[in-house]
Amino acid sequence: MRDFQFHAPASLDEALTLLEEYGEAARPMAGGTALVVLMKQSLVEAEHIVSLERIPGLDSIRAQGDELRIGGLARHYDVEMSPVVRGFAPFLCDVYRRVATVRVRNMATVGGGLAHADPAQDPPPGFIALDARVRLVSRGGEREVPVSELFSDYYETVIQPDELLTEVIVPRPAPGATFAYLKFLPRTEDDYATVAVAARAEREDGVCRDLRVALAAAGPTPIRAHTVEQALVGRAVSAAAVREAADMVADEVDPLDDFRGSAGYKREMAVVFTRRALERVLGLTA
Amino acid sequence: MAANSPYQIRLTVNGEPREAGVPARRTLVDLLRYDLGLTGTKEACSVGVCGACTVLLNGRLVASCITLAVQADGALITTIEGVAEGDRLHPLQQAFIEHGGFQCGICTPGQIVAAKALLDTNPQPSEDEIKDWMMGNLCRCTGYYQIVESIARAAGARG
Repeated sequence: MRDFQFHAPASLDEALTLLEEYGEAARPMAGGTALVVLMKQSLVEAEHIVSLERIPGLDSIRAQGDELRIGGLARHYDVEMSPVVRGFAPFLCDVYRRVATVRVRNMATVGGGLAHADPAQDPPPGFIALDARVRLVSRGGEREVPVSELFSDYYETVIQPDELLTEVIVPRPAPGATFAYLKFLPRTEDDYATVAVAARAEREDGVCRDLRVALAAAGPTPIRAHTVEQALVGRAVSAAAVREAADMVADEVDPLDDFRGSAGYKREMAVVFTRRALERVLGLTA
Repeated sequence: MAANSPYQIRLTVNGEPREAGVPARRTLVDLLRYDLGLTGTKEACSVGVCGACTVLLNGRLVASCITLAVQADGALITTIEGVAEGDRLHPLQQAFIEHGGFQCGICTPGQIVAAKALLDTNPQPSEDEIKDWMMGNLCRCTGYYQIVESIARAAGARG
């Protein structure tokens, strides 16, 4: 690992000032699970590392009115175990529980994971299914971006070098909303998904009223499958309608060949796992 | 060059205050092994996957191979050397000996530290809970049944 200067600011203001001062030469670091590995492999060479771990309050998890607010520095394991998250959206606890191993979940943070933008990660499709958004803060101000619009390319996001992801905001799911997260793991239980699908549905009188479908490990970024959603919303739920909609995901995904499967295989599995997720959230299977 | 100047860090390792001057790129496992002489913690995969370098940082299970030493400034660290109480082995250490919980031994410090973190928060885990928690600690001798059994016995002995 090439050496660098390590900064451990004690406030958000101080961190943002450092990022503004050093620009592209600086990288913010949260838990370090991804960044330290990338630096060891010389895939990232930063002159300045700005650690966010000493900034008080950035790891808070709280429900405020009809929103759940998860601080960027909250650890994956904290989300998984949080009674606040469990009371608000137990689905999110279940998604975080599927990430790697307890050791990694103890280190990796919510904001760091999203900013890392590995397209195979579990939380992004979960957050997209929940209509979550992130708060990005810089010295110049702040803005909110839906998680579905956060990722711009392979390991790339719309976060600017002088911005920090301080919070994820999750709106309260409608009563009766159903969720599923299916992670296809043909190798080992602690692996990244070969393909993963998150879904949320609202159903009334046999009709699909609202639907979100999002996939991980199915392209250069996490993907929201708009055509699948549009094919079902407002329609009567049936096995045939679900099958037809799931087939459409084949044109939404853009998988890569790797040791977890060929692109063609992953495209087929995206269809299979999308269908299963839809069957589950629309009440066709238990 | 300023970038190479050592960072002076203070931390508590197994109850003892320790100090070291390190470059920013120093990993926690290297700090423990080379600066502090605590070679019980092993490094194997070097990318946080295998669990050999598992230590507790402020009670949390972490991979010391992908934790920077500077991140541990001010922290309380527990390594395998701090698991026994003086000459009295921890029930987990005793159980690993009695139930064949190790073969070549390289993964054992990480296994025992990880299992200690489990029993510290969940003193009577089910077999499934043990397997789920220990999933991230690989044993290339593949002695998993004995590892799970050792942890279950240690939990029973403590309970």
